[in-house]
Amino acid sequence: MSTSLDSPPELMPPEDEPQLEGHSTFGDRFFRFLATSAGVAIMVALALVFLFLGLEGFPGFDVDPSNYDGKGSFGSLVLALLFGTTYAAIIALIIAVPFAIGVALFISHYAPRWLSKPTAYVIDLLAAVPSVVFGLWGGLAFGPYIQPAHVWLHEHLSWLPFFSPTPSATGRTMLTAGFVLAIMILPIITSLCREIFAQTPRLHEEAALALGATRWETVRYAVFPYARSGMVSAVMLGLGRALGETMAVSMVLSSAPIITLGIIGSENSRTIAAHIAQNYKETTPDKVAVLIACGLVLFAFTFAVNALARYIVQRGERSHA
Amino acid sequence: MATSIDVSDVNIYYGDFKAVEGVNMTIKARSVTAFIGPSGCGKSTFLRTLNRMHEVIPGARVEGKIVLQGQDMYAPSVDPVAVRRQVGMVFQRANPFPTMSIYENVLAGNRLNNKRLKKSEADTIVERSLKGANLWNEVKDRLNKPGMGLSGGQQQRLCIARAIAVQPQVLLMDEPCSALDPISTSAIEDLIHELKSTYTIVIVTHNMQQAARVSDETGFFNLKATGEPGHLVEFNSTEKMFTNPDNEATEAYISGRFG
Ligand SMILES: Nc1ncnc2c1ncn2[C@@H]1O[C@H](COP(=O)(O)OP(=O)(O)O)[C@@H](O)[C@H]1O
Ligand SMILES: [Mg+2]
Repeated sequence: MSTSLDSPPELMPPEDEPQLEGHSTFGDRFFRFLATSAGVAIMVALALVFLFLGLEGFPGFDVDPSNYDGKGSFGSLVLALLFGTTYAAIIALIIAVPFAIGVALFISHYAPRWLSKPTAYVIDLLAAVPSVVFGLWGGLAFGPYIQPAHVWLHEHLSWLPFFSPTPSATGRTMLTAGFVLAIMILPIITSLCREIFAQTPRLHEEAALALGATRWETVRYAVFPYARSGMVSAVMLGLGRALGETMAVSMVLSSAPIITLGIIGSENSRTIAAHIAQNYKETTPDKVAVLIACGLVLFAFTFAVNALARYIVQRGERSHA
Repeated sequence: MATSIDVSDVNIYYGDFKAVEGVNMTIKARSVTAFIGPSGCGKSTFLRTLNRMHEVIPGARVEGKIVLQGQDMYAPSVDPVAVRRQVGMVFQRANPFPTMSIYENVLAGNRLNNKRLKKSEADTIVERSLKGANLWNEVKDRLNKPGMGLSGGQQQRLCIARAIAVQPQVLLMDEPCSALDPISTSAIEDLIHELKSTYTIVIVTHNMQQAARVSDETGFFNLKATGEPGHLVEFNSTEKMFTNPDNEATEAYISGRFG
């Protein structure tokens, strides 16, 4: 690779066309500078954010216990919030992933061509809807709309801890928040999966088809094995987005920093992001420090999840090769 | 087990483009039929209509009748999936499933349709098919290794094993040796000789010596002119085709005067 980049000067001696040579070197330098500085700027910005969160948030680890929303210590507050964050994200994934894979397959392998383009476009449009809009819709329209489903779930499945609390009268519950989050992460998972599915080598799909595989069997034999690691990264990106989502969840959910498995009652776990969004107007410096410390934990947590995702994906790719 | 194929008045299209026109022939059971002709004249296209693989390309369609075991495979009531289980196919580039072991690759077709196989049945099929593809001795100690770890020629024989594991009536091969070295090529040619006692074999080849070596009958495809559809110029016993063909164009092509 590097030799092929280095070779042009040998093929084209500078004496021949010094002007041209000078131009291309300048362009080269300019873009290298641009690319390098952009890369460095990102790293610096990330480091500064981390530094800010660390310096401003550090005091929040240990302030007067009255600042911990009824929790005795920072640890138990952040644990409850981490639980809520993960719980909401997992519910969203459980709803979104099968749906996203189904839609992606429909677009790449099932739909006739005149239908697949518009479908893909509509799904991508979902990504452009601001999360405040999703929050409003979730809290005011969708929550009340699926409130009867909460009642049904409680009547029939209350032996499961998820459905044991008395159903909320407003529908502003973890279940509703999970649905709203699911819709928000659907586009990214769908579009990544769709692209990977569409890249499946024809050779392998035809191998399956020629053996007499149905369309679904072809997907299982050729498409999924090829797309596996890409699907994992798509899901992980969706998870990252769900973990950090603020507005929608805080607008949908009536919540408290508690740990509960119930997803249909009026007492719901709160996510870190929603906790910050709901409280950041608090004026005392101690409370602000607590919120920033929460932000620090969320930052570290999302970072860890993404690192784990990359590790999984890379390991998957290596075992493929 | 093997069966003949009757082709009548077949036209083949890619969207509006007519790629092959007016093919009539009878492919004999338990014999090897070779298709030769210059590149782009529609050999692969025609071969792929014999197991309804042509139509997996968007916009592609076929007119005419192709009768297998007394049934027109293009009749509206016929399921293409069922046809492909009767008519196996080996491609120009070997295409074992990359994530599957040698063992699982051989059984890929047998496991379709949610069929459950007992371990002993599966072992029997794998051994029989790999022996049938002259690959058993080379891989019997590493059946659980990935199929992609084999050499090109071995991968192609693995694909043949996979195709015959489901005991089809017909085996289609599209230039199966074009990516292989001479030794692997000769291994596959030997294999074709053995397989024709059990299967009806149709092979596309750009190599006329190969057609002469392996086939009993030969079809010569050609283009009338560039942009015109390909058509079947002559279909005869291989011996006649290579010694005393009926058609001048065939003679010219075979003696190397064009194409
Ligand atoms: N997927 C395709 N879409 C459109 N045209 C095709 C496609 N595949 C082949 N063709 C055209 O059909 C004709 C026959 O091609 P092919 O069957 O591959 O020839 P051969 O195998 O004899 O070299 C050629 O003109 C080729 O360009
Ligand atoms: Mg071809």
